[in-house]
Amino acid sequence: MENKLVISPSPHIHGGDSIQKNMYSVLIALLPTSLISLYYFGLGALIVTVVSITSCVTVEYLIQKFLMKKEPTIRDGSAILTGVLLAFNLPSNLPVWIIIIGALAAIGIGKMSFGGLGKNIFNPALAGRVFLLISFPAQMTTWPVPEPASMHYTDGQTGATVLSLINEGVHDLPSYTDMLTGNMGGSLGEASAIALLLGFVYLLVRKTITWHIPVAVIGAVALFTGIMHGIDPYSYVNPFIHLLSGGLLLGAIFMATDYTTSPMSKTGMLVYGAGIGILTTIIRLFGSYPEGVSFAILIMNAFTPLINNYIKPKHFGGK
Amino acid sequence: MILIAIISLGGIGVTGAVLLYAASKKFEVYEDPRIAQVQNVLPAANCGGCGYPGCSGFAAACVQADSLDNLSCPVGGADVMSKVAGILGKEAGTVNPLIAVVHCNGTCQARPHTNQYDGTRNCAIASSLYGGETDCSYGCFGYADCVTACLFDAIHINPETMLPEVTDDKCTACGACVKVCPKSLIKLHKKGPKSRRIFVSCANQDKGGVARKACNHACIGCSKCQKECPFEAIAIANNLAYIDPVKCRLCRKCAPVCPTNSIIEANFPPRKEKVTEDSKENKEIK
Amino acid sequence: MLRTFRIGGIHPPESKLSAGKKINRADIPKQVIIPLAQHIGAPAQAVVKKGDAVKTGTLIGKAAGFVSANIHSSVSGKVTKIDQALDASGYKHPAVFIDVEGDEWEESIDRNGNLIKECLLPPKEIINKITEAGIVGMGGATFPTQVKLTPPPGNNKAELLIINAAECEPYLTSDHSLMMEKGEEITAGISILMKAVDVTRAVIGIENNKPDAIARFNSLVKGYAGIEVMPLKSRYPQGGEKQLIDAVVRRQVKSGSLPVSVGAVVQNTGTAFAVYEAVQKNKPLIERVVTVTGKNMSNPSNLLVRIGTPIRNLIDAAGGLPENTGKIIGGGPMMGKALISPDIPVAKGSSGILILSCEEAIHKPMYDCIRCAKCVNVCPMGLNPTLLMSATDFQDWELAEKNHIVDCIECGSCSYTCPANRVLLDYIRLGKGKVMGMIRARKS
Repeated sequence: MENKLVISPSPHIHGGDSIQKNMYSVLIALLPTSLISLYYFGLGALIVTVVSITSCVTVEYLIQKFLMKKEPTIRDGSAILTGVLLAFNLPSNLPVWIIIIGALAAIGIGKMSFGGLGKNIFNPALAGRVFLLISFPAQMTTWPVPEPASMHYTDGQTGATVLSLINEGVHDLPSYTDMLTGNMGGSLGEASAIALLLGFVYLLVRKTITWHIPVAVIGAVALFTGIMHGIDPYSYVNPFIHLLSGGLLLGAIFMATDYTTSPMSKTGMLVYGAGIGILTTIIRLFGSYPEGVSFAILIMNAFTPLINNYIKPKHFGGK
Repeated sequence: MILIAIISLGGIGVTGAVLLYAASKKFEVYEDPRIAQVQNVLPAANCGGCGYPGCSGFAAACVQADSLDNLSCPVGGADVMSKVAGILGKEAGTVNPLIAVVHCNGTCQARPHTNQYDGTRNCAIASSLYGGETDCSYGCFGYADCVTACLFDAIHINPETMLPEVTDDKCTACGACVKVCPKSLIKLHKKGPKSRRIFVSCANQDKGGVARKACNHACIGCSKCQKECPFEAIAIANNLAYIDPVKCRLCRKCAPVCPTNSIIEANFPPRKEKVTEDSKENKEIK
Repeated sequence: MLRTFRIGGIHPPESKLSAGKKINRADIPKQVIIPLAQHIGAPAQAVVKKGDAVKTGTLIGKAAGFVSANIHSSVSGKVTKIDQALDASGYKHPAVFIDVEGDEWEESIDRNGNLIKECLLPPKEIINKITEAGIVGMGGATFPTQVKLTPPPGNNKAELLIINAAECEPYLTSDHSLMMEKGEEITAGISILMKAVDVTRAVIGIENNKPDAIARFNSLVKGYAGIEVMPLKSRYPQGGEKQLIDAVVRRQVKSGSLPVSVGAVVQNTGTAFAVYEAVQKNKPLIERVVTVTGKNMSNPSNLLVRIGTPIRNLIDAAGGLPENTGKIIGGGPMMGKALISPDIPVAKGSSGILILSCEEAIHKPMYDCIRCAKCVNVCPMGLNPTLLMSATDFQDWELAEKNHIVDCIECGSCSYTCPANRVLLDYIRLGKGKVMGMIRARKS
């Protein structure tokens, strides 16, 4: 033989999918939401997003290079994704140093302390957000008022989110149009439902995620809040407001579907999604926090190994 | 106020202690104290080389057995066994110390690669696929399943030859590498005085010509060594020479006549004079 | 809505380069090497010795045991030796070497091309003839056909014969070309098989990427009672026995059970053709259609080849070995085996020879599992490949067994899909072997 033949076990071809492709398609799916947040929160959104991404990537690079002493894998896009998602969970007037602490918590505690991509138990971006929410409750709950092409950063006018209004018993809420297009107070990614759903469709088309988790989350919230609204329409607002407000869509589509921290079987995904939906509703309706998506997802993240253990994929020829 | 706190906390503590003590008495399982004593002198490697599940299993077996004849701890050796015998007041059986030897000498130079393996570097996976990167389908892959299996850091792949080498003083002859080698190239061999041993380092059962073509160090079954051996310790079967470690007296007459240098003499002093022209290479391992 | 199997599956690029090409007869080589182990089960016992003269179709290896198959000479000439020869398994096994002299056939073989539709033999006789001819499953599994036709007692009675014409492996077109050219013979073979297993209904499952074959068989089966064509949605691994049954009759064979437990017997199209030739023409299995293909091959072809021909000859017939050949695969790219040398002979189960370039041949580097569950989604057996891989890696055989590692059909969909390029199947295959060994040891 002229050149040596290569021997390897079958299969001999590969579909060409890669971690990078998946991460970047999620990033592309987040693009519309990002543009909306830039439109309504302007300079602040830009600063928060850029700082969050750079600090997440830097933290991951430094930890891999100097603590874990291995080849950094920042090119796989997962740190960028965590950065974007973290930014989407922050208000646009958050000071830079708090964002950097958030990135440290997200990547350092949430991800690398478990061993890196694929080994973490909790969604890193949410771990970072909750860390900040508990450490800096004041800064994390003052929301700038949306203002097209805003040039404000920390000096903008602040107001309440839809959910905090509901929590305080206020009935004068933004219109559905505002909620659909993102013209309401909140963190960067809690913006336009239309932009988020656009991203969902893209992810489904690219087969990056399956429909199970988002549909289960949204379905459970709609059902639960619908029942409560049916029982007492005055105390509990109608389900559409719950679906369109706060971080529900962002959480259901982009955070709950995180590969590493969600169950592997389809039935497991439905159970997990329903769990998130129910917990979210309980926190929103009966808890002291106005918003509960991030806590709900983190709690269900902790249940994921248990779900994986008890709910197996449907076995061929099995019962 | 403080008094109430002290009394109530102290009370809880005392009640808890009494309950725990009562429970430990009531649910105590009697275990022969000698098992723990024996276990203390064992190496606690839990390698399973003795054939029992871990050191505690072996300790229990030692205590229960009438004599220690068939019981031996390969890791601790005679030393540990005599201590065990002391604790139990039994005679320690005599055991020949063993050591793992690798029956392949197909170094990178001796055995040219004829194809390229691109699968997982794992001997078991490769062996389910084919015979290896060279034309010798009996020889060592060099993917280090034995190194992974060894609990004592006693076997390593030499990066130059890509063959596993056993470190004499670390090997405990627990047999983990023997079990794991998919080509059955590793065998337990009598350790011999001063760790000296002579063995045929080849497992190629092909006919001489075929084997020689695949590997310069292949045993071709030419029976020269058999004729040379004064103690009838060498037998030829399946195109391979086999040296019986019981009959072999380590006289070193066989190695120089081997035309392919496939007989290995380990831990002997270097030869003083050139014995024959055939042994151009120095065949000492160490 | 076309039917397909209901769990998992992938759709790799079909790359059927040799589709629509006529079957060419490959030249008879100067020497053939006929392995005695070309089937699952015990290798055949050689019944010739060095120097014996043989004719085309002479028995040279007799089945040794129940699960075994006869081996016949595929050429006429002289036996030069019976020696170890490298085969597709990657190891050396005994084989008969025959130097070719002319091409003289055994007189009992009917070489006339006339179609004989009617078969009046009783089932027992048919199965005897199949046993004599040494027919094995031609799809690649090479399980002796007579064993499959006589299910062990205690099982259900078969109600349906399913003909596997899915050919779901990318690149391969040998069954397709055979269906286009030998349709009548295959249909006659199917009716013989129906008689042999005593069923009144047969379904030919053809993937819808072969519309010409579907159309041809739709017209062919009109002359036969009980045979129907079922177009299936193209999906890999449709040709897996359990998947095909699921697709056709919507019933899933339970773990560890035979297909006959749901009343089905599956045979390959190539096998149906071989059965026709064996029963109606007395012709043993001495040649088969082999697809020789690859992106860099100048002339991808379907060749009718004598068993024992070195694959080098076939590659030459299809335009020669390209410059940057990295890998020669015996079979398709998903389940085929990489071959060490082009001198390995064609055996009964060789459905194709696929040449990959150096770039296509090398695996991309592997990363840590990101738990995306894509392998779980594509597994046609409903397993969790990444869990099974780590169970094997940590040698947790109990966990592996509990998660049905033995049900893996080794289709490779998991490794194909994995975005982290993990070699899931390598480990699962290893673990499956280990666990099966442990189960066998426990039973005995």
